[in-house]
Amino acid sequence: MPDTLPDLAVRKSLTVEAPCAHAFTVFTTGFDSWWPRAHHIGKADLLAAVIEPRAGGRWFEKGIDGSECEWGKVLVYEPPSRVVLSWHLNGEWQYDPDPAHASEVDVRFTPDGPSRTKVEFVHRHIERAVGAEQLRAGVDSEGGWNGLLAMFAAKAKETAA
Amino acid sequence: MIANQVSTAFGALSDPTRRAIFERLAGAPSAVGDLAREFPVSRPAVSQHLKVLKDAGLVTDRAHGTRRIYQVHPPALEALRTYLDSFWTTALDRFKSAAEARPRTPNA
Repeated sequence: MPDTLPDLAVRKSLTVEAPCAHAFTVFTTGFDSWWPRAHHIGKADLLAAVIEPRAGGRWFEKGIDGSECEWGKVLVYEPPSRVVLSWHLNGEWQYDPDPAHASEVDVRFTPDGPSRTKVEFVHRHIERAVGAEQLRAGVDSEGGWNGLLAMFAAKAKETAA
Repeated sequence: MIANQVSTAFGALSDPTRRAIFERLAGAPSAVGDLAREFPVSRPAVSQHLKVLKDAGLVTDRAHGTRRIYQVHPPALEALRTYLDSFWTTALDRFKSAAEARPRTPNA
């Protein structure tokens, strides 16, 4: 085993052929325009996914039936350079209100000339999402293993092979 | 064999104290003494819970000086990381395309 826990954050770096302010706007107020439609937590189909453009704002979805489901909060809102969101969803795409189980999405936008932007993306503290609700769901559900524990099983199988 | 392993993991987490210890370790690797101070159970009881978690493949331990540090078994966490990594690859590709689409801006 390694001496310390491996770095469990998801890190992505990409270059967008657009000005920095525009990239920031598309990511935040334009969130609904690019978010994968299949990924939402409400029972109703997704009408819109929203990041409220201010610190302390909500990150939530609206269903076509008018229902709303929380995803998290806007922790930092600094246009056009940075947005940090708390992610209250576990690996099962369920909302977990406990701040101790929230992970964090941190996105930085840096101009690379007038019409190009470097975007550095980190989804960190995902170890927090492994706790409570998800394991409880896995342990308590009738069919037994779903979600993370199914992945755990797959991993166990892989490492046992 | 694998079914047994998974059912052992479920069994290990069916005890509330053990599950709480596992969740606590997911936040930060810790020694037995640290956990005994935080949980209303004796040190031998904590050790016993850790042994069950370890036998179930849910935590691992390593020597650190004279202490043993327990941590959540990385493959369980790595599985979630891998899943999110793949998800964000797709999502950020879509973001890039949306940001590069011209001349409309989303709030125009």
